[in-house]
Formats: sequence, structure tokens, C-alpha cells
Amino acid sequence: MPKDHGIGAAQTRREDVRFLTGQGNYTDDINLKGQAYVHFLRSDVAHGKIAKLDTSAAAAMPGVVRIFTSADFEGVGGLPCGWQVTDKHGEPMQEPAHPIIASGKVRHVGEIVAAVVAESLPQARDAAEAIELDIEELPPVVDMKAALEAGSAKVHDDLTSNLCYDWGFVEENKGAVEEAFGKAAHVTTLELVNNRLIANPMEPRVAVGDYTRHSDESTLYTTSQNPHVIRLLMGAFVLGIPEHKLRVVAPDVGGGFGTKIFHYAEEAFCTFAAKACNRAVKWTSTRSEAFMSDAHGRDHVTTIQLALDENNNFTALRTDTLANMGAYLSTFAPSVPTWLHGTLMAGNYKTPLIYVNVKAVFTNTVPVDAYRGAGRPEATYQLERVIDKAARELGVDPIALRRQNFVTEFPYATPVAVEYDTGDYHGTMDALERMADFAGFEARRKESEAKGKLRGLGVNCYIEACGIAPSNLVGQLGARAGLYESATVRVNATGGLVVMTGSHSHGQGHETTFPQVIAEMIGIDESMVEIVHGDTSKVPMGMGTYGSRSLAVGGSAMVRAAEKIINKTKKIAAHLMEASEADIELKDGAFSVAGTDKSVAWGDVCLAAYVPHNYPLEDIEPGLEETAFYDPSNFTYPSGAYACEVEVDPETGKVTIERFAAADDFGNVVNPMIVEGQVHGGIAQGVGQALLEGCVYDENGQLLSASYMDYAMPRADDLPFYSVDHSSATPCTHNPLGVKGCGEAGAIGSPPSVVNAVVDALQSAGKNVTHIDMPLTPARVWAAMQ
Amino acid sequence: MYNFDFEKPSTVADAVAALGQEDAQALGGGQTLIPTLKQRLASPSKLVSLKGIPEMVGICRGDDGALCIGGATPHVQVAAEAGDYPALAALASHIGDPAVRNRGTIGGSLANNDPAACYPAAALASGATIKTNSREIAADDYFQGMFTTALEEGEIITEVRFPVPEKANYQKFVQPASRFALTGVFVAKYADGVRVAVTGASEEGVFRWTEAEAALSSNFSADAVPSAPSADGMIGDIHGTPEYRAHLIAVLTKRAVAAAA
Ligand SMILES: Cc1cc2nc3c(=O)[nH]c(=O)nc-3n(C[C@H](O)[C@H](O)[C@H](O)COP(=O)(O)OP(=O)(O)OC[C@H]3O[C@@H](n4cnc5c(N)ncnc54)[C@H](O)[C@@H]3O)c2cc1C
Repeated sequence: MPKDHGIGAAQTRREDVRFLTGQGNYTDDINLKGQAYVHFLRSDVAHGKIAKLDTSAAAAMPGVVRIFTSADFEGVGGLPCGWQVTDKHGEPMQEPAHPIIASGKVRHVGEIVAAVVAESLPQARDAAEAIELDIEELPPVVDMKAALEAGSAKVHDDLTSNLCYDWGFVEENKGAVEEAFGKAAHVTTLELVNNRLIANPMEPRVAVGDYTRHSDESTLYTTSQNPHVIRLLMGAFVLGIPEHKLRVVAPDVGGGFGTKIFHYAEEAFCTFAAKACNRAVKWTSTRSEAFMSDAHGRDHVTTIQLALDENNNFTALRTDTLANMGAYLSTFAPSVPTWLHGTLMAGNYKTPLIYVNVKAVFTNTVPVDAYRGAGRPEATYQLERVIDKAARELGVDPIALRRQNFVTEFPYATPVAVEYDTGDYHGTMDALERMADFAGFEARRKESEAKGKLRGLGVNCYIEACGIAPSNLVGQLGARAGLYESATVRVNATGGLVVMTGSHSHGQGHETTFPQVIAEMIGIDESMVEIVHGDTSKVPMGMGTYGSRSLAVGGSAMVRAAEKIINKTKKIAAHLMEASEADIELKDGAFSVAGTDKSVAWGDVCLAAYVPHNYPLEDIEPGLEETAFYDPSNFTYPSGAYACEVEVDPETGKVTIERFAAADDFGNVVNPMIVEGQVHGGIAQGVGQALLEGCVYDENGQLLSASYMDYAMPRADDLPFYSVDHSSATPCTHNPLGVKGCGEAGAIGSPPSVVNAVVDALQSAGKNVTHIDMPLTPARVWAAMQ
Repeated sequence: MYNFDFEKPSTVADAVAALGQEDAQALGGGQTLIPTLKQRLASPSKLVSLKGIPEMVGICRGDDGALCIGGATPHVQVAAEAGDYPALAALASHIGDPAVRNRGTIGGSLANNDPAACYPAAALASGATIKTNSREIAADDYFQGMFTTALEEGEIITEVRFPVPEKANYQKFVQPASRFALTGVFVAKYADGVRVAVTGASEEGVFRWTEAEAALSSNFSADAVPSAPSADGMIGDIHGTPEYRAHLIAVLTKRAVAAAA
């Protein structure tokens, strides 16, 4: 019988009651007394010199409180970058200044040129129209290859070129990799584009800055996945506000997908302007602004080569990637194409030699940073596509080729610096084969052909590094932050618990799953546990939620804090029952003495801690509140095998997904329903990338896909019913819950199988199509068939 | 949005009078106009809503058998009540989403004449008559290129009269993002011949594919559809090349004929 409480129970999400009845408290729901509104005047030119910026007429318009330009931000720091990559010569990356408001030059369409604070939003917009702005256009830098050519215009005049870094990994392996390619029996080469995406969370970004003059305290309400990180970056590097004078609140957040990790100019602006104007200042992004100011994702151009010996064993792999940084370095941008990408190139395979080269490039486009999966989808896509291509070239079964090269012994140290603790790649592939009914495929293909359609089957595996991350390791790799997590568990006198977690829920369901863990540990009902997150004044510290880290890292911190509580309550229980602490057992919410019928309830012990009349005061303090910081000793390595079946309309090129199966190994699962939902959502975004979503700039740096009229988001009717399975689980060996993280898997694991399936469909009709770049729109598929 | 005055008259005459004011503009369902206003791309002095004029809403059969649709009739009503002309009802039922269909009107769609809109294909393929407050305009004279029509300043579409064909079908191939027609083909077979209208494809807006009309008028079968027209003058954008759109015209025409026959 399935459990209905604790770890493993498919409990419905308690936060949904609030979300589905309109009771959520999102940042835009926060309206402060006397607040003013800001409208940002943004550049409509990709690259240019600000020749004239005259705000005098605008400043005199009705309702204007104050107009800010870059001149107001002299002496204020720029937006910091949180990760420094060292290039293959040991030199630090080129790191340009990142101003809050463009200074001298504009570098992408959408960059802030001036900010109008007014009594109302329409007044702010009216005044912005009265600003006299003259931008002298400079040659735009859009194409990455052209950006690296000698003589290209430069995005940043003070840098030596548009190259941010040239990263080689592992540089020492390069010679051995070349040698292995020289000896290979077969080499498969594939050039591909990992298409640029715009995350488009349902809730656009919002920032409300507030200032209390008498105490000199600033507060920022913001749509963030990590309010403490924003407090640290903005306080220490931008505005110079010490943390005890700065509170950052990220209340209900309507989806992030990575794009709300980063510290944005609008947040710093609202905090700064609130102090400057001595009143609250609010900004709510329009959807149009979101398209040109939220960090974009992906955007790699890659050549990958796989070397095989005469027995089809993978002997070496090398890749060359151009990675778009956009105009400035967003908070974690440099880490995405390097440490989150190169370290995953081994995939599920025991390829002994790997060399990854990545050149990061500045262009006159919106900054690019982490988006669901961040680096790992790019690694998975190229690897799983090149393996598929190799199987076709060699005439072998793509699943057999993968199985033959699987890593089977754990722990496994890859040639790209990470060590997989556990995994069972044959196990997930077996689960996939059971679900996906490969045996019935030929019959289904015939049915499709009878309707004039082509049918294709595509399979891929994936591995990801989650539970980000061991602080000492990432420090060596250039992170300018630690990646631990904290939790405080407070038990009240009547036995109820409040967990203050540094993880941040913006759709993941922490308010449901975290109590399930506590309920399991103590043996009480989940309703006795409340979760507090998203407020730096309530939670001690937090690195936030991304990289599928909440349960693996934040949950582990919570477990550690709860263990401290349990240890203390056992001492109290031992005292109350006049027994030895070693004999105390906690089960079903009661303490008992082993071998006796003595028992005392959880609530009574908690009460004793706060009403310590009969209490071991000489040994322990009253009260029940414990904090733990948890720093993981390794990444976690979720893995899986996915299969996609498509139909292609050969007359129009339209692809429809007929079946989709996902077998994942997430280690232990706390709430299978929520895990399934995460997989569904991830696949939707992966299918979105594969078939629909494409962020396109023209040669002038104008964003062509600047609204939903041209940027296609996946909709329910674009997606099939999925089959998912996570029974083939190998628990993580190094965190207390044995969990691995499930948030990004779907988005990482699904694009290659979709593209593999379409290529399979076209080849079944005799078309010599070996690759089509995503998104596989009808027009592209049709063109490939001609 | 900029400020504007608002009026909601209950007769066509009052609406015409209200539209006499300089920079006044008619408001149908607002599905095109309101987003334009929100982006501050238009600044009418006054909006005159046509939604309160009873004589402009509804569907009936005229004495000549034509299906007459009031200019302010929303798509949802056409989808539900134009059963006498099933291809037209089906077309209406696939415009946008429920919110768009509840608000958007046939008059607004035809007045806007978006090059990727659906109704223009139906009107042109049906040889419809666009009735305004002052005259009747044949569809062949009405559509004059992208976003351009024969309407004069302040002129209101009060009714659209569709001769009901023997057979008809509309094939819409959606643009993946907007789900407007990337290319759409409406085929209508009348006793005196076949008309084929194409939307979404041409830089000149909706047009009649006369070559296909001639072929289908003598043999109404998918096999009779000629090969794809020239790609010259077809739209090329991030969703499809001119060649792709030209190719789709032939594919969709065949499918429309097959579905109608
Ligand atoms: C999300 C979305 C999806 C859509 N998808 C489709 C689609 O798939 N296919 C499609 O064809 N359309 C689509 N549309 C457009 C939709 O059909 C609109 O309803 C239509 O374009 C405009 O009609 P309206 O009544 O809303 O006009 P409004 O927006 O009110 O007005 C549009 C223009 O017409 C003028 N006007 C309005 N009524 C009249 C009248 N009776 N006489 C003279 N002038 C008038 C107005 O002054 C204005 O210039 C979509 C729109 C949206 C927002």
C-alpha cells in the first residue's frame, strides 16, 4: 500500500490551495504606502554611443519625482559577476564593468539608459517619452564567429577583444586526445547549435525598494530564487549597504527556471532610488521588457567529435564550443559553458579521454546565463546526438552502442574531474525499454505510414551534476561564493515545528516536501511543520534554489538541524523517564525506553524544554532551536534514459510527439507526485527547446522573437501524455537523505531524443538528413527534406 | 496607453456621428486595438465601441440565401451559429483562444486585414459583400494589401454577407508562436465555379489563387490542384521562407479540396 505520510508519500501540494485560489503573495502584490513607480527608458539600438541625453524637459512633467541617469550612479559599484573562469593559459577571463544604467555606450537592445520615478506609472512613461535621447549607432556585434575575427567592432572598448575566455579542459589531456583520434577506427563529427532560449517564467520580474530613514535600513522585495545571495551581492558590491541594514524578501515567486537567480540592475536601482527619494519605488516588468532584459539561456555553437575503436568502444571525445555571453557577464554566466558543461561531457560512458574547448564571446545581445539545466543540457545534447550519428554511420543499434559503453562500476572518476558516486545506467535503460514498448515500434511506424506520415524513434541517456555544490571545490574552480545551505529548526512549546530554510521555493513544492521529511524523522503529522523561506530577516543564511539543489543540500541542512533537535529531545526524555539517553527511542511521535513500557509524548518533551521545571538544566539549555549548515562533499548525479516517438508530416514538415517515456534515477524520492510533476515540466521545456523555442536576433542586434507572437512557448496540446518511471533508483551515497535532485532532469534529458527521433523518421523515408538544428520548426524540417 | 474618451452608442447612426470627431476610432472586440494602445503605438482621441449596437450583432439568412453576419458579431457566436456554412463556423472556432473568440469580431478582423488573419480568406473565397454604414463593397474590391482595405476614415462594417457555397473548407497551417495562419487556404465551390483564397503567404495580403481556381472549376479534385505558385512576393520571416509558404499553398489547397469533396 502506498504511504500517505512521510518520505515516499504522494501528498498533494499544500501551497496549491493558496496559489489556486488567488491568495498567493507575489512581489507585485506588495504595495507600500506612498510608493512611487519607475519606468525604465531602454535602448532600442544594439550598439551605440550616447551622444545626447537631456532629461530637463522630462523632469518638469507632471508627477515626476526624479529622473536618474548614469551620472547618479558614479561612485556606485556595477553588477558583480559571481564566477571567475581561468583560461587555458592560466589567465583570468576578461571581465567588463556592468553598470546599473548605461554609461557612455549602449550594448544591447533593452539596456537601461535612464529611469523615471513618478507618482504613477503613466506619468513615468509620459516623462520618459519627453527625454531627449540621441544614440549614434556603432557596428553591432551579433554573430559569435564574426565577433572573434580580427577587426571586429568591440562590445567593450577597454577589453582587448570580444573574447571573454578561451577555456581548455582538461588542458593536460589535449595531446593524448589528439593521439587517440589519430588511432581511431572511426570518427564521427557533428556541428550543431544549441539554440538561444528565453525562460519566460509566468510571473515577470518585479522589484520594490523601500527605505526607513530613522534606522537607515533598506528593504528590497524581489522575484528572486536566492534572496540572501542578492543581499550579499547588492549590499557588498553595488550599493555598499552592510547586511544588517539590508533586508531582501522574495515572497511567492511564480517560476524562475534560473532566470531569477541573478542580480539585476532593476533590483539595485529600486533599492538605491528608494533611499535617494526617501520613499518606496516599484518596478513591474512588462512582458516586452522581460524578453529584452531577463537573462537568456543556452546559445552555443559546437563541433563535437567522437572516436571509436574497431569494436565500437568510445576511445576519445573532443568538442569546440562558442558560448554567447551577451553584452555583459550576468551573475553566473562564465560557469555555465565551463564547469557546468565540460565536467558533464563523459555522460554515462567510460570514454577514457576527453578534451573540451570553450570560447566565451561578448556580443551586443542580452546577457546569457543559467536556464534550467544550465550547461548540462548543452553537454547532453551534443554527446547524445553524436552517439546517435555514430550508430547510424556504423550501422549499429543506438541503444546497444550506448549500453556497450556505459559506466558500470561506481564510484567512477571521469576524465573530466568529477566522480560519480552511484548509478545504474543499464537499470534505467531496462526501465525505459519496458515502458516505451520498442518491440511495438515497427507496427506503429506502419500505421503512421498508412496515414502518409513518417514515424521516428529516438533514444538518449543523460547524466547531470546536481546538488550544487562542495564549496571548497567550486572555490578552486572560480566561484566567488560558497554553495552550502542552512536551516534552522524551531520547535515551539506545544511541539509544532517551524523550519527556516535557505532554499527558496518558486514552484518546487518545498512547503509540502520538507515537512514530509521532518514528519518521517519524528513520526508526527506533516501539519505540525511549517516552512519559512525567502526572507533574509527570518532565515539565517541561504544560497537559494537552482542546480536541483534544494532537497540534496537544503534538505540535508534541515535533516542535520532536526537531528540536533532529536538528540536534545532524547536527553530531555531520558531525564523525564529517568532512563539512560542511549536507551531512548523516538517513534511515532513518542519517546520510549527500550525494553520497558515507559513512554512520553513528543509534545510533552517539547513543553518541558520551554517550561523547564523538571529539566536537566545543569546539562542542557532550555528551548528547542537548532541551526545547521550543510556543505555537500560531492555533487549528486541523477541519470536516466529517455525515448521519444514522433510523427512527421512529410508534406509540411510538422512534427508531433506521439509518445514520450522517461526513466530517471533520482535516488530516494520524498514525494513521487511532485517528482513526476518536475519531470513533466522539464520535458515540456526540453520539447519547447527542441521543437518550438528560438530566440532570434537580426544582423543589427534587433530581437526578432520579442513577444509571444514570434517566440513559441510549448502549450499543452504540443505535448503527449508521458510515461515516467523512477523505480530504478540508486541512492546518493553522501547525503543523509540519499536524494539526487530532479528539477532539471526533464529539460536536460529530452531535447536529444526528440531530434534523434525526427532524424530517424526522415531517414526511414530515405532522406539523407543527419542533423537539423533546433528548434525543429515545420519550415526547418521541410527545408531539410528538400 | 494614452488617455482617450469612450463612447458606446446603440445605433449605427450614433456611432458614425461619434466617429466624426478627429482621431476617433472604432472599437470592436479590442483584441488587436487594445494591445496596440497598451504599447502606445496608437493614440486615438476617442474610442467608439460597436458592441452596444443590436443591429450589428447576430447571424441570419438573407432573401438571396446569403449568410449575413453582423459586423460586431464575436467569433464564438459565428462558431456556434453559422451552421449553415460549416467551413466558416469551423474557421471561427479556430481563431485564437476562447478569450479572443469571446471578444474579437468579424468586422474588426476584416477592418484590420492582418496578412495572417483567417476571415479575409473566407470573405474573399466566398465572394462576400462587405456592408458598411454607407455602401456595399465586393470582397474582390475590399482587400487592398497588408492592413489596407477599401474602408474610408470612420466607415463602419455593419454586416458581412456570405453566399453559401455547395462545398467549402479552410485549411489553416498555424505559425507555431502566434497560431495565426502561417499560411491558410480557403476553397469554396459554387455552382458557377470555384474560388480559392490564400492568407498568410503573400506580402500583398490575402489573394485569390486564380490558377487553382481555373483548374478546380473544371475538375474539383485534389489531383487537379496545380503545382506550387512562384515564391516571388511571398513572405519570408523567422517562421518560414517564401519557398516554404508557396509550397504550403499547394499542399493546403489539396487538403482543402479533399476535405470539402
Ligand atoms: C492571442 C490572439 C490570437 C489571435 N489569433 C487569430 C487567428 O488565429 N486568426 C485570426 O484571424 N485572428 C486572430 N486574432 C485576431 C482576432 O481575430 C481579432 O479579433 C481581430 O483581429 C480584431 O477584431 P476585434 O473585434 O478585436 O477588433 P479591434 O481590435 O477592436 O479593432 C481592430 C481594428 O478594426 C477597427 N474596427 C473594429 N471593428 C470595426 C468595424 N465593425 N468596422 C470598421 N472598423 C472596425 C478598429 O478601429 C481597429 O482599427 C488573434 C488575436 C489575439 C489577441
